[in-house]
Amino acid sequence: MTKPMTLYLSIWRQPNAKTPGKLIQYTVTDVSPAMSFLEMLDQLNRDLVRKGETPIEFDSDCREGICGTCGLVVNGIAHGPERATTVCQLHMRHFKDGDAITIEPWRAKAFPIVKDLVVDRGAFDRIVASGGYISVNTGAAPDAAAILISKEMADLAMDAAACIGCGACVAACPNASASLFVGAFLSKFALLPQGQPERKQRAQRMVSQMDAEGFGGCSNIGECEAVCPKEISLSTIARMRRDLWKALF
Amino acid sequence: MQNFYLGAWSSIGKKFLMGFTGLLLAAFVTLHLLGNLTILLGKGEAFNQYAHALERMQWLVVAMEIGLAAVFLIHIVAAVFFVLGNRTARPLSYQKVATAGNPSRKSASSATMIYTGVLLLAFTVSHLKTFKFGPGMAQGYAVQLHGETVRDLYRLVVEIFSNKWYVIGYVVAMILLGFHLRHGFWSAFQSLGVYHPRFTPAIRALGVSLAVALAFGFVFLPLWVYVRSAQFGSVALHPLAAVVHYFSGVAQ
Ligand code: HEM
Ligand code: FES
Repeated sequence: MTKPMTLYLSIWRQPNAKTPGKLIQYTVTDVSPAMSFLEMLDQLNRDLVRKGETPIEFDSDCREGICGTCGLVVNGIAHGPERATTVCQLHMRHFKDGDAITIEPWRAKAFPIVKDLVVDRGAFDRIVASGGYISVNTGAAPDAAAILISKEMADLAMDAAACIGCGACVAACPNASASLFVGAFLSKFALLPQGQPERKQRAQRMVSQMDAEGFGGCSNIGECEAVCPKEISLSTIARMRRDLWKALF
Repeated sequence: MQNFYLGAWSSIGKKFLMGFTGLLLAAFVTLHLLGNLTILLGKGEAFNQYAHALERMQWLVVAMEIGLAAVFLIHIVAAVFFVLGNRTARPLSYQKVATAGNPSRKSASSATMIYTGVLLLAFTVSHLKTFKFGPGMAQGYAVQLHGETVRDLYRLVVEIFSNKWYVIGYVVAMILLGFHLRHGFWSAFQSLGVYHPRFTPAIRALGVSLAVALAFGFVFLPLWVYVRSAQFGSVALHPLAAVVHYFSGVAQ
């Protein structure tokens, strides 16, 4: 058994969207290396509740790295230091006894803070609602191999569809741009036959909504790709630009 | 109208403009360096002849200059509005900022595009004032070339770059150009939607090589003119001989 750790946390506390927040220091003891990052926060919250203080608000659901609900900026990196890992799947064995850890919420104008570390990602839902669907009748499930789709295309579409909509791309981007999310969303349709009829209109609508929500533009820096728990490629952003370009003529 | 907005002024539209104009500027800068290399040939005839050949194109060269100015302006306007828009997208910055590392391309070059850009603009204004709108035949910078009297631009170049402050300024500016293009070149392709798992790494490598080659070339020329004029006044000499002479002088 590895021995329990003591950690020195600076955590963003903010009562609501209107009131300014600040970093507050907490010491959490008895952290097992086998815990996940969120279990470590659960433990801190248990201590706070026992002391009669308000626990720290943060989002999570599946805690299996598949739903996209969790999201914290840990020491300046969205979802923390491990590649291709959501913060719920980040384990405390990656930290050392005595470490100082700064925990902040996703920061973007389009993601207003609800409380503490919880942000409102409704902007993503509105982008999807603007055109991220197929409204034409695609019929029942087609017979296998009735519509030929190459292995390469199927793989690329699947890679894009792996997006869990967590918003880490926005959080990590120096411009708070949602390009990787929108690029991935457009790509999963653009790469398959069912996505073709509305392909151009989908790109126009989703890009317009992305801008209207107040996200920044993409400077091709690629922090998004580096923090994405599903390792979505910058190629999806290039495809979004190509699609928009084609939609103009 | 909606399409025009999306194509030219949405977050993606501005990057279309910047990518397209950025590549044209990079092409221009490359040709500019190749032309300037004539400074190394002979005793200034080649350079003056090259400059004169451009002037003789008359309206054609004027048209190209206007086009270039427009391209430069579009690049700057799109870049400034793009960056201003991005600034508002995160009203409150992080207390702690870090990079997640590979495959992120966050670097001294990609994170400073607007700063290197603004400095390049300041440099361009001063550069045009010094040379393009600098002293000409009326001020006595004239020379005989194949029986014709032409502007002695070579003399101006040698005079300017015998001043160490000009040389230092140019060296710094051209290193900034290298930084701008190190990220800018590949970024322009990505902005225009050109991405390919095999070719994109090659485009990135080409961008780095181009940035280094252009910075090296543009740094070398003023340094070379300076070293030579420091040794021989404005007397021209074969480049190799000048370098050998300089180092033999240093060795003594
Ligand atoms: C010789 C002059 C210049 C050359 C060759 C050049 C070239 C380029 C290229 C190729 C790009 C990449 C475009 C893209 O990502 O789509 C770029 C981006 C950029 N340029 Fe320039 N540029 C020059 C001057 C300027 C000036 C004067 C400014 C000043 C205001 C400027 C500001 C920018 C900015 C801010 C970006 C990147 C914006 C971003 O993606 O965040 N550039 N440039
Ligand atoms: S809680 Fe579902 S991905 Fe982290």
